[in-house]
Amino acid sequence: MVPEALAPAAPQFEDREQRRAAATLGMWVFLATEVLFFGVLFGGYAVIRLLNYDAFVVGSHHTDVVLGTLNTAVLLTSSLTMALAVRGASLGQRRATTGWLVLTLLLGLAFLGIKAVEYHQEYQNAVVPVLAFDYQGPHARGVLLFFYLYFVMTGLHALHLIIGVAVVGVMVVRNRRGDFGPEYHIPVELTGLYWHFVDVVWIFLYPLFYLVARV
Amino acid sequence: MNSVRGQRSAPAVRRYVLTWAVLLALLLVAVGTAYIPLGVVNVGLNLGIAVVKALLVMVVFMELGASRPVVRLAAAAGFFWLALLFILTLADYATR
Repeated sequence: MVPEALAPAAPQFEDREQRRAAATLGMWVFLATEVLFFGVLFGGYAVIRLLNYDAFVVGSHHTDVVLGTLNTAVLLTSSLTMALAVRGASLGQRRATTGWLVLTLLLGLAFLGIKAVEYHQEYQNAVVPVLAFDYQGPHARGVLLFFYLYFVMTGLHALHLIIGVAVVGVMVVRNRRGDFGPEYHIPVELTGLYWHFVDVVWIFLYPLFYLVARV
Repeated sequence: MNSVRGQRSAPAVRRYVLTWAVLLALLLVAVGTAYIPLGVVNVGLNLGIAVVKALLVMVVFMELGASRPVVRLAAAAGFFWLALLFILTLADYATR
């Protein structure tokens, strides 16, 4: 089998560079739809927070700000390792690229692990709507809404990260197999774009849920 | 990453590491200021810092800074529609 890097570009493309440009544009169009997918939830958050601000202050105090901050740092660091993986692939440094991809994957798993610990804590504190919600204090209805939003938005984000971890895993295998080089590494680049986008979503989730009013 | 056409030069490691350091510093500023009572300014700081962090990730890590105009346009399109969603929604709820 001819490696993809050496195969001629498909007939619809003028050359390799145009193929790469088309792939990048397609990925950004997909990410624009993702912005709106998450966007409606952020819009809902804005409205519900506007109507229940005091409840959001209470709800935010029930989140674990230490673990949330740690997780933000983990995810920001994983974006650095991902960017270095894409760079390595574009330079044809196969071993280094594998290393950076594996590190990115591990940081992604660390994020999910910490998130699982938080979910467990929230389950024990009985602030999980539907499953175990037993908050009786002031603004109970608003706090319930806060935690609905918290679990739907961080859960949807976690789902994206799980998909990201799986895709990075595929990239590790393909990179080790020798699929990528300076001539062709589009899949690694697109994986990187997706990974960074998931990071951007978290960058907004973090202050909205953990830092509503800490004072 | 890519110049307008053809050859691309490898992005510098230094630029990536610096960006990462700035992102972590901004995270610390965000946590730190959250514990100082500043009223409405707290919300502004939270969101402002998030916007700066998101822009850094998109411009440097996602290479929007060196992308073709059409790619930047596609990236901006998502946020343009998101802005419409927020403006029209809040024009109702925020003015009741």
